[in-house]
Amino acid sequence: MFAKLTASTLAIFALTTTVSLARDQVQVAGSSTVLPYASIVAEAFGENFDYPTPVIESGGSSAGLKRFCEGVGENTIDIANSSRAIREKEVQACADNGVTDIIEVRIGYDGIVFASQIDGPEFAAFEPEDIFNALSDQVLIDGKMVENPYTSWSAFDSDLPDADIIAFVPGTKHGTREVFEDKVVLAGCEATGAFDAILSANGGDKKAAEKACIKLRNDGRAVDIDGDYTETLARIDANPIGVGIFGLAFYENNQDKLKVATVGGIAPSTESIASGEYPVSRPLFFYIKAAHIGVIPGLKEFAQFFVLDEIAGEDGPLAEYGLVADPELADTQMLIEDETPMGSGT
Amino acid sequence: MTEITASRQSLLLPDARTRSRNAAEKRFRVYGMIAIGLAVLALCVLLVSIVSNGAGAFQQTFITLDVAFPEDKLDKNGNRDPAEMAKVTTFGYAPLIKSAINARIQAEGIEIEGLKKPERMISKEAAAQLRNFVLSNPEVIGETRRFEVLASGRVDGYFKGRVTAESAKRDKNISPEHLVLADALKNAGALETRFNWKFVTWPDASENRPEASGLGVAILGSFYMMLVVLVLALPIGVAASIYLEEFAPKNRFTDLIEVNISNLAAVPSIVFGILGLAIFINFAGLPQSAPIVGGLVLTLMTLPRIIIPSRAALAAVPPSIREAALGVGASRMQTVFHHVLPLAAPGILTGLIIGLGQALGETAPLLLIGMVAFVREYPDAPPEGLFDPATALPVQIFNFTQRADPAFVERASGAIIVLLIFLLITNSVAIYLRRRFERRW
Repeated sequence: MFAKLTASTLAIFALTTTVSLARDQVQVAGSSTVLPYASIVAEAFGENFDYPTPVIESGGSSAGLKRFCEGVGENTIDIANSSRAIREKEVQACADNGVTDIIEVRIGYDGIVFASQIDGPEFAAFEPEDIFNALSDQVLIDGKMVENPYTSWSAFDSDLPDADIIAFVPGTKHGTREVFEDKVVLAGCEATGAFDAILSANGGDKKAAEKACIKLRNDGRAVDIDGDYTETLARIDANPIGVGIFGLAFYENNQDKLKVATVGGIAPSTESIASGEYPVSRPLFFYIKAAHIGVIPGLKEFAQFFVLDEIAGEDGPLAEYGLVADPELADTQMLIEDETPMGSGT
Repeated sequence: MTEITASRQSLLLPDARTRSRNAAEKRFRVYGMIAIGLAVLALCVLLVSIVSNGAGAFQQTFITLDVAFPEDKLDKNGNRDPAEMAKVTTFGYAPLIKSAINARIQAEGIEIEGLKKPERMISKEAAAQLRNFVLSNPEVIGETRRFEVLASGRVDGYFKGRVTAESAKRDKNISPEHLVLADALKNAGALETRFNWKFVTWPDASENRPEASGLGVAILGSFYMMLVVLVLALPIGVAASIYLEEFAPKNRFTDLIEVNISNLAAVPSIVFGILGLAIFINFAGLPQSAPIVGGLVLTLMTLPRIIIPSRAALAAVPPSIREAALGVGASRMQTVFHHVLPLAAPGILTGLIIGLGQALGETAPLLLIGMVAFVREYPDAPPEGLFDPATALPVQIFNFTQRADPAFVERASGAIIVLLIFLLITNSVAIYLRRRFERRW
């Protein structure tokens, strides 16, 4: 028995070294916001082409781009999904590892919405100022920055319900957090005049003022959610007065449990985001390693399929799921067709 | 004669100290019962919530339709060239489903005011189902065939009580009219909710079609990994424990090894994932998301957990057996393999099976080697299939819980039920083997 087992062990070791490791499926990793779109496209791609269905991993935009930049070769990923544009530092890191030609593909836009339990208090309309006043660490009262004293929404805006402030915001590892800080908290900071007050107090240091603006209160009323939107939804389910931050697509799939608030008087919808009226939105991207095109079968075809009008256009399955179609999709299609890398003067 | 200083009370009546000792024992028994009660209660709550959430995953709603395959849509040139027919994508098949459901509604004489887009009742998987059917049976073009297709996740949820007319009003994916239509179709016998094996056999599906998602790839991936763990961990683990227990000299070096093995068993499993990423993927160049890498990582994790019980089983064999064997002239190796090992085998097997069970439920190390992924292709048969991408059962549960569509909640619980059944089976086998072959001295 023992001898046989040893033989099989050896056989396995021999296999690991002899089986050719050519990869025949596209490997994708990155943003969990892009993941559902990518998996919808991958599924349709696998159904309609002879290429195998691409393998899609999530893990976050930064983690995906980090793996993307690890180098060129079959044991590195081909595509990184990202809910933000690639950073200068990441392009540099890529270049250091030999990943030079990167094709940037914008697939559309995603809205970020404020939603609360459907039977909860009437959170119908938010202004960026409200969010800033409710959640910021320091607010402007009588011309001075003070520790946030508000405990209920109606304390600073009589139109809002008289409910205790509790909000579930995405944790700092999420790309959503960055958009929330830039487009809501910072905008509210400027609109309430707090930004100018901080600026005049610290002698005109804009960076420091921005940093102070987006610092959220830490007395337990602004709760960081490090998990996914499903965790935020569970918290809202358990807490009728809580306000949560979701992606538009997630909200649209859970409309029976959530009601959404307008921001700046505009209700979030694919239309209002496409037209740019709804203020809190961001583009979604994926990045292709140009060096892998022609090496990994189906890579270019998958990218082309992703941005087809039938898929990413206004009536495609992605829009149905909640993606806001990119009006410049035709340019993106050309970009992939010509394999134009980033920074080549386009 | 010694003086009697004790109380003159009868021995049959308990004195104060005896009473207090008896009371302490009674209290302790009550604590014990409370502890067991709490554990049983927690287990019951867990099982009831999982089963009540997850039982629905094994039921699925199907709709029967007569689908016409018009030649002008599917094969314009009429030459039945497979390459040309493959150019018609699943988007080209969606209209067929739309007209089929409209025809069915008309045929049944169902009239519902305000009903728009009845094709929303049907899963998007149906288009792929039809396309695959036509491509493998080109002769059906021009004919009408009866098909059973999946109902959409929302319609399915209606029959499971997850979707109501109230919630449908607020839902952009379905309207209350669709639910009325669903009831009408059910009465007409065109719609049926029944047991669904496909939940166990089909691969994962995207968020647009939760009704079509299954555990097939995950179960295969888990099975392949267990195969690798079994083939590697059993011989290595048993050889290591036999050597350490029977042959190794007692010195500082072997003591060090023993301590390290015990420590390794307590290392958090995610650490093995990091190790696996560094050694097997980055250094050895093995593919990502592959069961072979998952299996190797889990082997590393399981080895100490097999070695420790195996050594205990070997040590439990009484020395008289060894001495008797040596006494009649057997070599040490013959002693071990002919006499000690067979007697220790039940204990070794129990340890192995429990180790495998732990490996089966492990997620953390797989995170780092790319197995937490959306994989739709079944891996090939081993050995090549060991290098194909796959997921694993616990990973699939994790994936399901992260999805937005509420239909995935029941599928996550359903997947937990499947995993629990597998664990129950392995543990039962372990208990059976122990009972069957255990020897006491």
